[in-house]
This record gives sequence, structure tokens and C-alpha cells, in this order.
Amino acid sequence: MTRNGIPALIFHVLVMAFMLAPLVIVCLVAFTPENTLTIPIVSFSLRWFAEVFRHADFMQSFWNSLLLAFLAATISVGLAVPVGLALTRFQFPGRAFLNGLFLSPLIVPHLVLGVAMLQLFSMIGATGSFWWLVGSHAVVVTPYALRLILAALIGSDPSIEHAAQSLGASDFTVFRRITLPLMLPGLSGGWLLSFINSFDELTMSVFVTAPSTVTLPVRMYMYATESIDPMMASVSALVIAVTAAAMLLLDRIYGLDRVLVGQR
Amino acid sequence: MSAPGATPIARWAPYAMSGPAFLLFATLLLVPLLLTAILSFSQFDHHSGIKAGVTLQHYAAVLTDEYYHEIFLRTLRLSAVTTLICIVVGAPEAYILSRMSGRWRAVCLLVVLAPLLISVVVRAFGWSMLLGREGLVNQLLELAGIGRQRLLYTEGAVIVGLVHIMMPFMIVPVWTSLQKLDRTTEQAALSLGASPVTVFRRVVVPQVLPGILSGSLIVFGLSASAFAIPGLLGGRRIKTVATLIYDEYLHELNWPLGAAIAVILLIANLLIMLGYNRLMERRYRRALG
Repeated sequence: MTRNGIPALIFHVLVMAFMLAPLVIVCLVAFTPENTLTIPIVSFSLRWFAEVFRHADFMQSFWNSLLLAFLAATISVGLAVPVGLALTRFQFPGRAFLNGLFLSPLIVPHLVLGVAMLQLFSMIGATGSFWWLVGSHAVVVTPYALRLILAALIGSDPSIEHAAQSLGASDFTVFRRITLPLMLPGLSGGWLLSFINSFDELTMSVFVTAPSTVTLPVRMYMYATESIDPMMASVSALVIAVTAAAMLLLDRIYGLDRVLVGQR
Repeated sequence: MSAPGATPIARWAPYAMSGPAFLLFATLLLVPLLLTAILSFSQFDHHSGIKAGVTLQHYAAVLTDEYYHEIFLRTLRLSAVTTLICIVVGAPEAYILSRMSGRWRAVCLLVVLAPLLISVVVRAFGWSMLLGREGLVNQLLELAGIGRQRLLYTEGAVIVGLVHIMMPFMIVPVWTSLQKLDRTTEQAALSLGASPVTVFRRVVVPQVLPGILSGSLIVFGLSASAFAIPGLLGGRRIKTVATLIYDEYLHELNWPLGAAIAVILLIANLLIMLGYNRLMERRYRRALG
């Protein structure tokens, strides 16, 4: 192991500071007692957090987003489990196409997805429908669930399943007792990653939400383009807290480094 | 794996298992994209809205009008500069990270990569506070005797925000290719009298070039279609392709024109990603020998 020199470490500290700066400033300003965006130096206050909890629109959007992310993650994992099994345990014509299709939301810009879904929703009169919004989020987060589930299935040895089968276990028993437990970390990791990505999704949601279904990121975007006060910082701090909690769980269940750097 | 002489059930099983997901993706991905492509050829005027008939006028407008040229060029410029900064900062940073020891490395890697999972709106808002008129950066500039500058709602602010969002996408692929690096080559160069900077430039960089390249493609593609950062840090003056599409759809209500620009953006993105996949495949083939 060669060591980093002093210039390298200074460079490194600057990069770290750059990466952390906007998050730290948000969390500090969230505690200001003042009316303007100031960093509290002498006194900290929860005033703006109280303000957030009294703000009906922000609270409604917060619950919208939480429910939306919960449903979208659950649907995407529910769909991705059989897809993952089909892709890893069978060879069939169209397999590469399906694999590409289910991972494609990663390479289609969310902006394009947003306008495309807006077009569909306005044609079939689904604008403002919460369930169609859930469907659109499920599409966008399915690749995240599928990738972790695929990694878990590829990593597990199919000969264990064959052994159980040859010992007389039914297909369902094999799935319940062997396959499912083996893919559980990938499955729950995939759910959490899908949840985080749905909870944070802005660009597509800007197009497909109606006033009654506005999600938290969209509400924050609209708010930030019009006015800037410390309440925005408090909402941001709350979002960071929710995301950090999900990340902590993700780290315990699956390993954050594996999710962030990719599958080993 | 199903054997060649599989039972009919096994032959249909994978399709049945992918069926529900396919239905969702067909309804909410394939059909909408197709509708948008069709919409981009529809006639439109500002009084009566969308009319029957096929036209190339929207594509022609985008290709000939100076106004759109400027926006496309600005988007390309912002993405290119962002990519360049991510290379110059991200590649050395990944290298420094890879040379740290266990615990510190894990913590620092987390600090660099975890922002990836935190909402873009939050990070953009953080930057708008830092770069605002009364922001921390301006306070520091005043202390330094330079005086307050207009930082927010400039191309510079957009680039700073984009670099912050994109940095993890550069560090990860470089980090991955560094993991495969043979460390003895560096020691050999050092023992032959090369300076650390020379070792990095002449020994390390050529070996991680594929990582830098694939990182660059991702960063460029994502920057070109980024919406929240130019929207919040560029304001109304610094329009990019993404905010242009937003305006055409939600303010001008000229959906066919917006659709045409969205189709162009999608095709450009798919070409970049195709290049990325080609690159990855070639790497795998070489790795396999």
C-alpha cells in the first residue's frame, strides 16, 4: 500500500468538502430562528420544522410521496422476482429483448418518460389519477429492483435447487424454502433502493402529477422556483433524514458499498 | 436452465413469469414513447392546437431556428465542461481513494457516493443557498476583498451543480477499473525514478482509460438531459434542452414541438448509451482473452 502525499490529501479534503457542502448547509440553515436563510451561530430553533408540519400542502405531498414510494417499490419487486427467475433460470427466444426492456428506464431520460406519460394520461383521461402515477413510478424503479434480484439469483448456485428437486420437493417448495431465502437480501435491498428512487423522483413526476397528487420533490421544486425561505431548508433536512434512514437499512441488509459501486 | 426437450409448460413458463411486468412496460413505456414519436409529426398552430396531418415542421424548426441552436449548443457546452471537470477531479479522486487504508477508504467512499441517493432538489437547493447573493461563497469572497459576485443563475452555477450530481458517476467506473490494476507496475515505475505525478499520468491513467471513458459517456448523457439543476440554478435565463421541453409542454402548450425536441434528446441519449455498451462489451471480450 503506497501512501498518499500531502498535496493528494489536500485535494481529497477539498473534494470531500465540495461533496458535503450543499448537504451540510441545508441541515444547518434548517435550524435557524431567523426569517432569512442564515446559518444559526448563537441560537438554534425548531421553528421552521414546526412551520413545515403546519404547512398543509407540504404535509400532504410528504404523505403522497411516502405512500407512492411504498406502493411503487412493492409492485416493482413483485414484478421483478418472477422476471428475475425467468431471465436466470430459462433460455428462451426474446430473453435479451425482455432484459433490455426492463432495464431501459435507466437509459431513457426521465424527462422523455415524463412527457410520454403525460401524453398517454391526457389521452385516456388519467391525469391526476394516483394509481397511474404509481404505475409510472413502478416502471421507473423496476430496473433497480431487478438488478439486485438478478445479482442475487446469478450469485446463487442452481444446483442447490436441483438437489432439492431430485429429493422430491415440489416447485413451490423449492421456491419457498431454497430460492426465496437465497434471494432475500437482493429482494429487500432492491425494495429499499426502489423506495429511495421513487421517493426522490422529480423530473418525470413534474409532468405526471396533478395538484391533488403532487409529490414532495415536485412541491419542493415549485416552491424553490418561487420563494426561498428557511422552510425549504427544513423540508430538505427532513428528506435527507428519510433517505438516510433508508440508506442505513439498505447498508445493514445489502451493503451500501455494493449498491453504490455496483455488483462487486 | 430448461433442457432442449422441455415440457410445454417449461417452454411457456418464462413468458408467463415476465407477462405482468411486460404488460406494465408496454402500457407505460412502449405505448407512451410511440405516441410521443407520432405526436412530434403532428401539425400544430397556437389558436386551434393539434390538427390532423403529418408534418416535419417541428424538426425543421429545431434544425433551422437560431433560438434552438443556441439552446442546443449551450446544453452541449454545459455537458462537455461538466464532463471535463468530472474527469479532471473524479479520476484523481478515485485514485487517491483507492490508495487509502481500509476504514478511511470506506468512510470517504460513502461521503463521495452517498449523495447519489439524496434528492436532486435538495442538493440543488443547497447550492442555491451557497451561491446566492447573501450566500456563504459570496461572504467568503467579500472577506477575501474580491467583493460580491453574481453567482446564481449563471452557467457557472449550473456547471457547479451538475459536477456535484455527476461526480459519483465518474468515480465509480474509474474506481472499478482501479480495482483491477496491478499495483506492482506503479512500484516499478517509482523505483525507476518516476515522480508520483508521472506515475499517475504515464502508468495509472492509461490503464484506467476505459473506466474514464465509460464514466464520461454516462456523465455527458445525464448532464445533457438534466432538468432540476438548470431549472433551479440556471433560472429562466440559462435555458437548456430539458427546460426548453418543459416550457414547450407546460407553458407554451406546443406539445408537438416539445415532442420533437424530446425525440431528438432521446435519440442522442440512446446513441451515447449504445457507445457505452459497445465499450463495455469490448472490455469484457478483452478480459475474457
